[in-house]
Amino acid sequence: MSTAISTAEEVHTHDHDHDHEHEHHELGFIRTYIFSEDHKTIAKQYLISGILWAFIGGSLSIIFRLQLGFPGMSMEWLRPLLGGWIDESGKLDKEFYLAMVTMHGTIMVFFVLTAGLSGTFSNFLIPLQVGARDMASGFINMLSYWFFFLSSVIMFSSLFIETGPASGGWVIYPPLSALPQAMPGSGLGMTLWLTSMTFFIVSSLMGGINYICTIINLRTRGMTFTRMPLTIWSFFFTAVLGLLSFPVLLSAALLLIFDRSFGTSFYLSEIYIQGQALPNVGGSAILYQHLFWFLGHPEVYIVLLPALGMTSEIIATNARKPIFGYRAMIGSMMGITALAFIVWAHHMFVTGMNPFLGSVFMFLTLIIAVPSAVKAFNYITTLWKGNLVFTPAMLFSIGLVSMFISGGVTGIILGNSALDINLHDTYFVVAHFHLVMGAASFFGLMAGVYHWFPKMFGRMMNKSLGYIHFWFTFVGVYMVFFPMHYIGIAGFPRRYYTFTALGNDSMAAFTDMNSFISIAAIITFSAQAIFAWNFFYSIFKGKIAPANPWKSNTLEWTTPINPEHGNWPGEIPAVYRWPYDYSKPGAPDDFIPQNVPHSATLESNLPEENAEIAREKDIDGLLGAQNESYTH
Amino acid sequence: MNTEKMTLEPAETRSINPKVFTMWLFIVSILMLFAAFTSAYLVRKAEGNWVEFKLPDLFSYSTVVLVLSSISMHFALIAAKKDQFNALRISISITFVLGLLFLIMQFYGWIQLVEMNVFFVGNPSGSFVYVLSGLHGLHLVSGLIVLTFALVAAFRFKINAKSLTQIKICTTYWHFLDALWIYLFVFLLINN
Repeated sequence: MSTAISTAEEVHTHDHDHDHEHEHHELGFIRTYIFSEDHKTIAKQYLISGILWAFIGGSLSIIFRLQLGFPGMSMEWLRPLLGGWIDESGKLDKEFYLAMVTMHGTIMVFFVLTAGLSGTFSNFLIPLQVGARDMASGFINMLSYWFFFLSSVIMFSSLFIETGPASGGWVIYPPLSALPQAMPGSGLGMTLWLTSMTFFIVSSLMGGINYICTIINLRTRGMTFTRMPLTIWSFFFTAVLGLLSFPVLLSAALLLIFDRSFGTSFYLSEIYIQGQALPNVGGSAILYQHLFWFLGHPEVYIVLLPALGMTSEIIATNARKPIFGYRAMIGSMMGITALAFIVWAHHMFVTGMNPFLGSVFMFLTLIIAVPSAVKAFNYITTLWKGNLVFTPAMLFSIGLVSMFISGGVTGIILGNSALDINLHDTYFVVAHFHLVMGAASFFGLMAGVYHWFPKMFGRMMNKSLGYIHFWFTFVGVYMVFFPMHYIGIAGFPRRYYTFTALGNDSMAAFTDMNSFISIAAIITFSAQAIFAWNFFYSIFKGKIAPANPWKSNTLEWTTPINPEHGNWPGEIPAVYRWPYDYSKPGAPDDFIPQNVPHSATLESNLPEENAEIAREKDIDGLLGAQNESYTH
Repeated sequence: MNTEKMTLEPAETRSINPKVFTMWLFIVSILMLFAAFTSAYLVRKAEGNWVEFKLPDLFSYSTVVLVLSSISMHFALIAAKKDQFNALRISISITFVLGLLFLIMQFYGWIQLVEMNVFFVGNPSGSFVYVLSGLHGLHLVSGLIVLTFALVAAFRFKINAKSLTQIKICTTYWHFLDALWIYLFVFLLINN
C-alpha cells in the first residue's frame, strides 16, 4: 500500500523538479549519508546493517552451541549480557534457548542473507553494471532501506522484552506461534516478529520492484540482455522470486495476525489447553505450512542466487577466462527460478500428505539437481586451466563452489520423501541447509565484499588478513557442519534443549561430537572478527585502490575511483561486447572491457565480431535517446 | 544475435516509462497476495467443515458501481489525451465519488453479513469473505489516495496531453482494482 502512495508522491514531486536527478546539488549530511537516494550509499547502509546483524545472529548461535556442546555448563559469566535468562543455578533458560534458535534463523535468513546480501549488491551493482545513473526510483529505494531499518529496530527490540522474542522456530508454525498460552515467546515476542516481518516484506518488495525496473529499463546503449554480466541476471531472478513469493508470506502472516489478535480460526481448530476447549473451530494448521513454504522455498534461492551470480563474475575475472557456458548459466538460473515455486511441499513430507502428491513433489525437487549441476560444472570448467589469481574474493568464490556441491548432494537425499521422513527435523537437515544455503551464500557475500570493496570505499582491504579469514572460515565451516551429518543420520533432533532421563541417555553418545562442533563454531565465529577489523579499518585507512584493481571487464570499473552521485562524470559508456572477454587470443591485454568497441580490437576479433563493427554506429546513435530518458 | 534485435532492443526498452513499469510490478505483487488468499481458500475448503451462506446482495450492486467508476476513469484518460481539462476534472471526481460509494456499500455489505450471522470470527468460510473484501477495500483506499493526487494535479493543469504518465498510472491502478474485485466476487460466487 505504501508503495502505491509513494509512487503517487514520486510522480507528483517529479513534476516539480524533473531534472533533479541530473543537476548536482550539494546535499547536506543527512541527505548524503542518512536519507540518501544514491544507490551506492543505500548499498553501504544495507551492508553495514547486514554485518551488524550477522554478528548478532552469530553470537546467538554460539550461545546455544555452548548449551548443545556442553549441556548443563555454568553460564554465570553470561549473566551481565543475558540477565534473567540465566537461571539461579547458572544454566541457560530453556525457553530462551528456543528463542535464540528462532532468532538465529530469522536474522540469518532474512536480515543477513536477504537484506544484507541481495540488498547490498543488487543496489550497488545493478546501476553500475548495467550503466545507469541510479535506480529507477531513488526515493522508493531509500524507503526500502528505511522500512528495513524499522523492521530491524522492531526485531532487535524484541530480543529485550520480558517474555522473550519469538520462539516457535523461524518458520513460526501455528498453533505454537498462534497461542500465547503455548510458550512465552508466542506472546508479545511473536507480535513484534510479525510486525517486523511485515515491514521487512514491504521493504523487500520495494527493493525488488526497483531492481527489476532498473534492469529492464535503464540499461545503457548496447547493453542487450545477452551482454549483461551474470551478476545482473542473478539479481534479476532474485528480484522476480521475491516479487512473487514475499506477498504470499505476507498473506500467511496476515491470517496469523487475525488468528492471534482478532480470534479468527484460519489455522486453529479444536485445541484444548489445560482441559479447556478454545473457541476456534474449523482452521487448518497445514494451510499455514503451504503458504509459508510457498515463500520459504523460493527464499532459499533468493538467498543463494545473488551469491551464485557474484561468484560467477569473480571466478571468471580471477581465472582470467571467459565464463564457461554463459547461456547455460542464465538458463539454469531461469530453471531454478521456475522450479523454486513448485517444490515447496518437500518441506512437508511428514504432514500426512498424500504419498502420491509427495512423489510428485519429490520428482520436481530432484529436477533442481539438473540446473544446479550445470552451474557446478560450469564453475569448475571455468576454473579449469585458467590463470588463477587467488585473491581473497576468489578463494571465497571457490569456497562457495565447494559448499554448494557438498551441501547440494545431501539435498538429493533429503528430496526423497522416503528418506526425508527418517531424516526430517534431525541435524542432517541442519547440516544440509547450512552448507548449501547458509555457508554458500555467506561465502558469496564475503567474496562480494572483498571483490567490490575497492569500488565501494575507494580503498583496498588487507589481503593477508583476507587469506587468514578465508582459511579459518573455510576449514571451520566444514568442521562445524560435516559432523552434523553423522549425528543427524543417527537421529539427533533439531531444536532440543537437552535430553532428560526419559531419553534413556540415547543421545549421550553424541556429546563428544557436539562439543567438537561447538568448539569449531567458536573458532569460526571468532575468525570473523578478523574480517570485521579488516573491513572497518580499511574503510578509513586501507590503501587507495587503483581504478580497476582486478583487471575486470564490467562497467563499474570505468567509473572514477570514488564515483559521485550519477556514477559517471561524463556520458555513460556504451557497451559493445559481453563481459567475459578474458585472455582473448591476439589481444595485447588479457582483458577487454565491455566499453571497448570491436573496431578498436581488430587483432583479436573473431570473424563474426568483425561484422559487429558496422553496428557500432547504431549503438552510438542511441546516446541521444538515452540522455533523454534521464531528463524526462 | 540478429541485426534487428541488436539495434532495436535498447531503443525499445527505453520507450517503456520506468514509472508505469514500476506500477505494473507493484500490481504483480498485489496479485500474488490475493492469489495466495484465494488458493488458501480453496485448500481450506477442500478440507471440509465449511459453512455455506449466500453473499450479501449489496456486493452485486457495489460491483456495478465499481465498474462504472472504471468507465469514468477511462473517460478521464481520454479527456487528458485531448486536453479537455473540465471533462478530466469531472471524470476524476466522478471516479472518486463512485469509489467512495463502493467502499460504503462494501461496509453495508458487511452489515448484511452480520445480519446473516456470518461473523469475522467463526468458521473460516465467513472470515475469508471479510479478509478478501477488507483487503481489497484497503487497496481501494490506496487507489483513492492515488486518485486524490491526480485530482490535485488536474486542477493545477499538471495533467495534459504531453504529460500523461501520472494519469496513466492512476488509470492502470484503478482498472486493476476493479478487475481484482470482479475476480474476487466471481471467485466467491463460484466457491461459496
